[in-house]
This record gives sequence, C-alpha cells and structure tokens, in this order.
Amino acid sequence: MGINLTPKELERELRERSLESESLIQSLFNCDRRHFLKVSARFAAMAAAAGVIQPHAFQLVDVAYAAASPDANPEVGFRFAYVSDSHLFARGMNHRFAKAALKAVEDVNALDPQPDFVLFGGDLAQDGRPEELELGRQILSGLKPPVKMMVGEHDWYFDLGEKWRQMFGPDRYSFDHKSVHFVVLNSVVEDDFWTVKGYTPEQRMAIVAGLDDGRQSRFKVGEEQRDWLHKDLEKLPKTTPLVVFSHSPLYKYYRPWNFWTDDAEQVQALLFPFKSVTVVHGHTHQLLTNRIRNITFHGMLSTAWPWPYAPQGLPPLTLQMERTDPFDQFDGCGDGSVDVLKSGTVNANYNLWDRNPRTVTYAEVTKGIKGGGPSY
Amino acid sequence: MTPLRMFRGALTLALTVVASLAVLRSDELLGAQRSATATISGETDGWASRTVSACDHRKAVVVEGVRSNEKLPPQKAQEVADLLSDLMRFCNEEVVARISIREKITLSVNGLPFVDYVQGGELPVELVHGKVQHTDRDRAIWKAELDREVAEGDRLFHSDELGTNGLACAMCHPDASNTHPETYPKFQTQLKKVALLRDMVNWCIQNPLEGKVLPDDDPRMKALEAYILVKRTGATLDPGKH
Repeated sequence: MGINLTPKELERELRERSLESESLIQSLFNCDRRHFLKVSARFAAMAAAAGVIQPHAFQLVDVAYAAASPDANPEVGFRFAYVSDSHLFARGMNHRFAKAALKAVEDVNALDPQPDFVLFGGDLAQDGRPEELELGRQILSGLKPPVKMMVGEHDWYFDLGEKWRQMFGPDRYSFDHKSVHFVVLNSVVEDDFWTVKGYTPEQRMAIVAGLDDGRQSRFKVGEEQRDWLHKDLEKLPKTTPLVVFSHSPLYKYYRPWNFWTDDAEQVQALLFPFKSVTVVHGHTHQLLTNRIRNITFHGMLSTAWPWPYAPQGLPPLTLQMERTDPFDQFDGCGDGSVDVLKSGTVNANYNLWDRNPRTVTYAEVTKGIKGGGPSY
Repeated sequence: MTPLRMFRGALTLALTVVASLAVLRSDELLGAQRSATATISGETDGWASRTVSACDHRKAVVVEGVRSNEKLPPQKAQEVADLLSDLMRFCNEEVVARISIREKITLSVNGLPFVDYVQGGELPVELVHGKVQHTDRDRAIWKAELDREVAEGDRLFHSDELGTNGLACAMCHPDASNTHPETYPKFQTQLKKVALLRDMVNWCIQNPLEGKVLPDDDPRMKALEAYILVKRTGATLDPGKH
C-alpha cells in the first residue's frame, strides 16, 4: 500500500469516488488511525487522478499492520479475527461500550482479505441481562464473516447461561477448519457460592462481575467438560494442530482477580500430547503471552477497557503495554486477528486502537521477543 | 501507676502526625505503629538482625547488626539476657526491644512506636490527648471508625452510583490498582495543571462514569480517598512509570 497506486487501483478509486467522496469527507471528522489510512489512500488516489499535489497531511505512512496482511506472508495458511470483552450495558448504541464494540465490528469488516471467521471471546454483556445479550447480538450481527461465540462470566451468572445458550447454542464445542482442530470451552465454571448465602441472581452476577470480589469461587473448566474434551481430542492424530479458545487464561496468573483457571494443569495435560497447541483467551484485557511446554497462550484485547497487569504472576514472556492513558477511551483497547501458519502455529496480531499495532509471532514466542511493546 | 514521659510522648505523636501526612511512605514509623511484629521478622531495611524471644512470648529483643543465622557473641548474649529479664518486670505488656548497632535501646510497647529506653528504668509509654494512655477500647473504636470510612469508600468505588452509565471505578482499577495515589500532587499533563488525587477521582467520575463531580468537602470524596490510600499502602513505588 502506498501513494503509488497501480492503474487498476486508481481506476477503481476513481469509479468509487463520486459515490464515496461525500462519505469520505464526512468520515474524516470522525476518524481513527486506521480509518485515516484508508480515507487518506482514497484522497491520495483522487488527488493523483486530478493531478493535484498531495497536501502534507495526507501523505501515507507504511504501517506494520498493512504489511502484515496474510497475503504478504507465504507461511500463513489462514486468518481469523477476534472481538472480545465488550461488557455491554443495555443503554443503547450511544453508550461508550456499545460504540467501542461497533468500532471493532467496523475494524473486522475492513480487513482485506476478510478473515475466515471471527471469534467473540466472551463477556458480551456486563451484567448478564437478556437485554444486554440482545444488544450484543445486534452489534455482532453487523460482522460480515461467520462468528464463533464463546461465553464469559459476565454472560453467565445472572441466569447461569440460560439466555446465552438459547441465543448462541452450546457453551462448549469443537470444529475443524482447514486441517486445524478448534475447541471452544466454557472456562468460567464456578463452584456454587450463592445457594448457601441465599444470593439473588442479581447479587450473584454482581459478585462475579467484581474482578476483585473475593466472595466468588475460582474459575474452572470442570471435570465433566474435561471428560468431554478428552473424548473430543481422543480421535485426532497428535499431529493435528490445535487451537483452543477459553475465556479465562488456561493457566494460573493471578488468583485474586480470577486471571486463573483452577484446573488449568489438568486441561493442559490433555493438550500436551499434541504437537502444536495454541490457547487464545479473553478476560485479562491486555497484551499477554505465555508458553508452557508446547502450549502457547495469547490474551485478547477488550473493546471496553484495559486492565492493569496484576501485581504478581505475569508470565515473563509477556511484552507489556505501557500504562494506558485514561484520558483516551480507546487506548489499550482494541481487537485483533490471528494468523494460523501452515505449520499449525500462530502469529497473534494485536490491533490496539490509538497505538501502533503489535504482532507477537510464533518465532518470538519460541526464540525470544524482539523489540518493545506497543507504544504511540 | 504508669509513669508518663510527656516530652517524649509529645514528640512521638508529632512524628506520627508527620508520618500520617506522608501517607504512603511505608517507613519505619508507620510500620512500627501498625505492627511491631513486622519489624522483628528478620532482616529489614537492609539491616541484618536477630530476634530473641522470651519464654512468655510477650517480650522480644531484636539485635541489629547480627544475622538471623549467626551466633551471638557472649557479651552480646549476656546483654540480651539482662535486657529480657529486666523487661519481664512488665509482665502484662507486649514489648519489643531493639538494640541498635550503636548499642542504643529502644522499646515498642503493645505495638506503639519505638521510643528510647534506659535499662532498669520505667516503661516508656506514649501520651495521648488528655494525658491518658490509650486503652484497647480506644484503639478498637478508632479502628472501627477508620474501617467504616474505608468500607464506605470500598462500596462507592465498586458502585455505579457515582456515575450515570453503569460504570464503576473498580472496573478499571481492581483493588484500586493503577490509582497510584503516592504520585500526587503532580502536574497532570492531560489536565494541564497540578492535580491532587481527588482531582483525578473527579475527572474519572465526570468522564468515564459520566457523573457529577463531588465537592471537595463531600463525605463521599473523603471515603473514596480513604479507600484508595489504605488499599495502596505499601504498594511498590515505581518512579517514572506513572
């Protein structure tokens, strides 16, 4: 991508411009970094076609994100995108979290080429209310690629997943895509802490929604689901690349905030026999990387807010994002995509809004992270 | 009756006040005031020290300049034994004595700050307002009052009632993390002026929470500050990071 457009691109731009120039100009007033690039490319094309000298403000810059298109890398087999942790309140499309989720939908739809599918990483709702989940479904229905849903604790503990399952189907399932086996888990199972205390569904949900609320139990996958996973994986050759989606990290990072899965070791034990395993998880709202034996773990960004790194237990492999700017709603938030390489391993692309994007490659995970974290 | 050392007591109080103002300096005074046992657990403040406890488990002597696994020289051992038997006179009190490397003896009685002590002398106690000694009941009341203030701050910090859009402080700041109260006052670059912690609290209420700012004398602001400061006491300072 650059200001030197091929004749074909130029022709396309010109054909589109009469229809689009109005909306392009409009979009400049409401423009984020990536949109800016897109819009400015089009302006560049128009300017070039009209023989106008480019105004300095619209000079294009090469960004890593543009260069990291799966087409550009021959190792990449396919790409999927993710949107995660939108924490929606049922307060309309103008609520800040709804706007942020919509922004992620736009991001994914703008990916070129389009990803094979989009994972929603859990915590669609904030308080598990049916209206929140409905709003979420409405927002996610704008996504062009097919969507795979995963559940988070904020979706679950108002009605113990009744509405969520009714809307999105089973909370754990697996599927195969282009020779990779994908597993989606419900890793936010908690032991019953509410019955004995007589908590109402609202109270139960509010307690689980409080990250630092110690009255709740710790997350786990649970025996029943581990048995299911064991059976699901049993039939596969150990050379099949695995990608597992879980809401909580499938390892033990920081217990007080449930950055944690209590039976993580038992789940990992089921995954160790496979040659290549990647776990992609939500919940932690931060750039987070870990590797345990053959399993690589990538945390997803939230669209709603970033979380500070926990005071203890941060995996040393993690490339930390600098402290986010509270004055910028979108700083430290974002969405992302995952390139599944032909070898079955993955590169994780963090599309941080209002910061430079950062890719954590498989090579870096295994041979050492190169360079700094995502900065402005 | 309990002897009173008025001047020393007043000085200790003054020091305590200074220490309370420098809220997050988790220095000796605050630490000692909160729990004398914390300072006898071994090597603190870069000093090697060894703790010797009396058989009643209510008296202990911390010998500075000696490592916890090191044997005490005979002369030092005698000194510790003498001091311990001297302290046994105060059978009802929890006493931690400290022998500094310069042979100066200080005592902490029932978790109060360390003050100077002359062997064989009277038990040094802290004076309080009204020239009476603090009782356990006093301390229980003060603690309950403080806890109540902090609990109210905790509740507000986790509640959506300060804003209008459902958000709460704790959503971005679990356990009051990333509030770094120890860095205020400072020139808050985004506000383009010097800010106190409460200015940032109000900024958060007004912006992410879309609520109404609290007046400086609002008891809710006091409670929020109390919660944040107590929660972050002892947090690692990270100069330059915030």
